[in-house]
Amino acid sequence: MTQPAIEQAPREEHELDHHPEPRQYVVVGVWLAIVTALEVGIYYIDSMRDLIVPFLLVFAFIKFFLVATWFMHLKFDSHLFRRLFVSGLVLALIVFAIVLVVFLARGGAVPEISGG
Amino acid sequence: MSTQPVAAPPAPEHRTSTGLDNVKLAMWAFLGSECLFFGSLISTYLLYRNRVLDGPRPHEIYDIPYTSVSSFVLLMSSVTMVLALAAIQRGDHRGLRIWLLATAMLGSVFIGGQIYEFTAFVDEGLKLSTSTFGSAFFVMTGFHGAHVTVGIFMLLSLVGMSLFGRLSDHDGPRKVELIGLYWHFVDIVWIVIFTVVYLIPTN
Repeated sequence: MTQPAIEQAPREEHELDHHPEPRQYVVVGVWLAIVTALEVGIYYIDSMRDLIVPFLLVFAFIKFFLVATWFMHLKFDSHLFRRLFVSGLVLALIVFAIVLVVFLARGGAVPEISGG
Repeated sequence: MSTQPVAAPPAPEHRTSTGLDNVKLAMWAFLGSECLFFGSLISTYLLYRNRVLDGPRPHEIYDIPYTSVSSFVLLMSSVTMVLALAAIQRGDHRGLRIWLLATAMLGSVFIGGQIYEFTAFVDEGLKLSTSTFGSAFFVMTGFHGAHVTVGIFMLLSLVGMSLFGRLSDHDGPRKVELIGLYWHFVDIVWIVIFTVVYLIPTN
């Protein structure tokens, strides 16, 4: 039989105790700096022009992932927090996809705005 | 029959049906909704960035080395923010104040850089009403800058609370963690903006 949810309350304190050590935060910070340097470096390599978009998206995803999992503690905290956050992200992508489809249905033209 | 005064029972420990802190849960729900907010602004920018009938085009005015430095500054402010949290978790209030002030200072440098960038763009002929690209760009980055500014005020409030002994060892770490979540969120939004807006080439 499953335990009532209210008995899981002490878990939160337990999770707070298991946040990373300062040294680990600094290591993640160094990785973030390295990925940012690679990101900017690749921007200036002309021979990479055709592949720049996928590379940049991968680098941005790595940085996003590192900050969300280590600094925002999604790696260590309750899965419910992760679900809330990912739901927002997925909804944002769905909204973008719907708007894009609507624009494409209009023949690919972005609606005119006076002055634009 | 006379009634004896009875000492008030100790306040029960706050329990929730999920076993999680409701305020932290609310913060995550708020951040989820902020994903939609910034997602809409970034989507609008992507759809309109090539619509320039008048004024400069995106990659004629972006200064990538300059923006790279300010992006790096904001990224490093996330490191100082988690070091502030680590400090209060071990009861080190002096360390907390130092790291919070460092975070606020790095955030202020970022905002100063953004104000300079906006001024330079206006001088080069890109204003809010110049083109659809200009409107989308200024609204998106302006809202992000406003979020960073609010974050700086919240960080300074935490420093004040620590100075006046309003951050106890019991609930202090939780308060710092909540503000930290907001700050890191603002950082990851900029990670996306920096890549999608500044680095990915336009047509």
